[in-house]
Amino acid sequence: MRTAITIFAVATLASVPLWLRDPYLLNALITTGIFVIGAMSLNLLLGFTGQLSLGHIAFFGIGAYVSALTSLGFDVGLPGDIRLVHAPWPPIAGFALAILIAGLCGYFVGLLSFRVRGAYFVIVTISFAEVVRLVALNWVELTQGPLALTNIPSIALALPGFGELTLRTKMQNYYLVLVVALVAYLLIARLVHSHFGRAMRGLMENETLAVSVGIDVTRTLTIAAVISAAIAGAAGSLYAHYIRIIDPEVFAFINTVTMVIMVISGGKGSLAGPVVGGLIFGLLPVALRPVMAPEAQWIAYGGVLIAILFVLPRGIVPSLAQRFGRRRSGVTTLAPVALAETAAKEPA
Amino acid sequence: MSEFLQHLINMLVLGGTYALLGIGLTLIFGIMNVVNFTHGVLYTFGAYIMFIVVQQLGLNFFLALPVAVLAGWLLGAAIELTLLRPLRGSDIDTTMLVMIGAWIAMQSGALWIWGGVAKSVTTPFPEAPLVLGPVSVSWLRLFVLAAAALLILVTYLLINKTSLGRAMRATFQDHDTASLMGVNVDMIYTSTFAIGSSLAAAAGALLGPVYVIFPQMGDLAAVKAFAIVILGGLGNITGAVIGGFILALAEELGAGYVSSGYRDAMGFLIIIAVLIFRPTGLFARAERVG
Repeated sequence: MRTAITIFAVATLASVPLWLRDPYLLNALITTGIFVIGAMSLNLLLGFTGQLSLGHIAFFGIGAYVSALTSLGFDVGLPGDIRLVHAPWPPIAGFALAILIAGLCGYFVGLLSFRVRGAYFVIVTISFAEVVRLVALNWVELTQGPLALTNIPSIALALPGFGELTLRTKMQNYYLVLVVALVAYLLIARLVHSHFGRAMRGLMENETLAVSVGIDVTRTLTIAAVISAAIAGAAGSLYAHYIRIIDPEVFAFINTVTMVIMVISGGKGSLAGPVVGGLIFGLLPVALRPVMAPEAQWIAYGGVLIAILFVLPRGIVPSLAQRFGRRRSGVTTLAPVALAETAAKEPA
Repeated sequence: MSEFLQHLINMLVLGGTYALLGIGLTLIFGIMNVVNFTHGVLYTFGAYIMFIVVQQLGLNFFLALPVAVLAGWLLGAAIELTLLRPLRGSDIDTTMLVMIGAWIAMQSGALWIWGGVAKSVTTPFPEAPLVLGPVSVSWLRLFVLAAAALLILVTYLLINKTSLGRAMRATFQDHDTASLMGVNVDMIYTSTFAIGSSLAAAAGALLGPVYVIFPQMGDLAAVKAFAIVILGGLGNITGAVIGGFILALAEELGAGYVSSGYRDAMGFLIIIAVLIFRPTGLFARAERVG
């Protein structure tokens, strides 16, 4: 049953460019797909370790800037009359570096911020993202500041026997995003079902108990933060090479909030949750556009977030899964312990 | 040297309003354990009330401040009753996300109603600043400092000398015990949120005429308020006042001696540094909750 649904969903997504000819809708689907990858990476932290990171867009933006700068080249002066000059590299190298450097940033933020928990962790992550945004805004020599980095090249793939394929059309970019999203999904699924994944969930459900059975808290959380940041960096790189222009607004807090809404509405701690929530909230602005002024759209956005937390606090996918009696599969839903805890916490 | 003195004067003026913002947030955070993301919107709201009363209704500038405080109180109470009271007992992440939703909706509402063009308020103060030897300060800023000091004093007396304040402090220490002692905890929560919100609105009403008024002005104010709360320690009013002045000093020195582009980065850097090196705040007391 589950396999059938998965195959059907992937086949549907893969067939979209074959029958959807509207470039505006295809564009919305591609950017939504990129944000879904970001939401999946956020879900790894929020849904499986219970840490709410509200600075997640930092890793996405760092990935975007690293990838753009790697493929554009730069020439900046550092203190002490040193000049750092970098000649343009192929975009695919930028993609790899984006993953690496975002992951590295995730390591340091993870190391520092897991010393503080709860509300303080949230505030540290927000502060980190804002500091990165201010650096991107003010280090004009490197980032062009508010003037933005423009003419970022599209990703080119070297295919043996075919020469080099530059991904310029929307259809090509759609498949690129789909493939990266599938790889990220499988990676997260594999991770969650491993010994490491059980350690993460053990921590989320009962930290004291997890420590007593020998789970290394800091190590587990740091690894989760690194992988999560690296995937977000990959999404940022895709974004940079697809949109082909990057300015400091990419770090806007509202982008983090969008990812959080995608995860919470779809169902945190559910693998399919961010995908379902992401498709709904990524495409909602498109659906609202003809009927509402942009400001009113955001009012609706805030209202919908509140409504979801009141009506479906666990998210769409876990609620549906429970209704159809698949809660014991333990795959798309929270473990029973977590369920019991959540139920106990909810006011009658 | 005179440049440094000027920075100190600016720090005093800015610090007073920052302290107001910080006190409001630290009360809500400390007593209710709610990370209040609507704090910045209340700041914006207070500034727009100032604009409406002075510019659109043509009423007295000095009347506008109490109106803003009252309006902030009412809006705060309304938010608490509709959004937070039904979620009592749910975890901190849920209320935080609900507050984020309310913040987005209300800020977009402000943009919808008043548009994105910045507004300014005409004040009854003379244009020429007061010159004291090497430094100068505008009359408007002096008024802002005096009004902020007055509001801080009133809040301090309210918390420490009234029975409502005593109930609030009891709830902060242990809400279950306070409840058993006959404190109406629901009422305390609503009052706390309303008082905190009215202080944020007051800060906005005071700083709005100093700068310009626009819908997103509250975002940075909210972050600064978080920095102040973290500096001063949770629920610590004296800490929030000192934290407000420290943040103002850091911003003034950062803008003056590093780069004005990084003025607003100071708050974030303080947050990160304090949480790494002294996570209980600079003036932590043993009974800190949370």
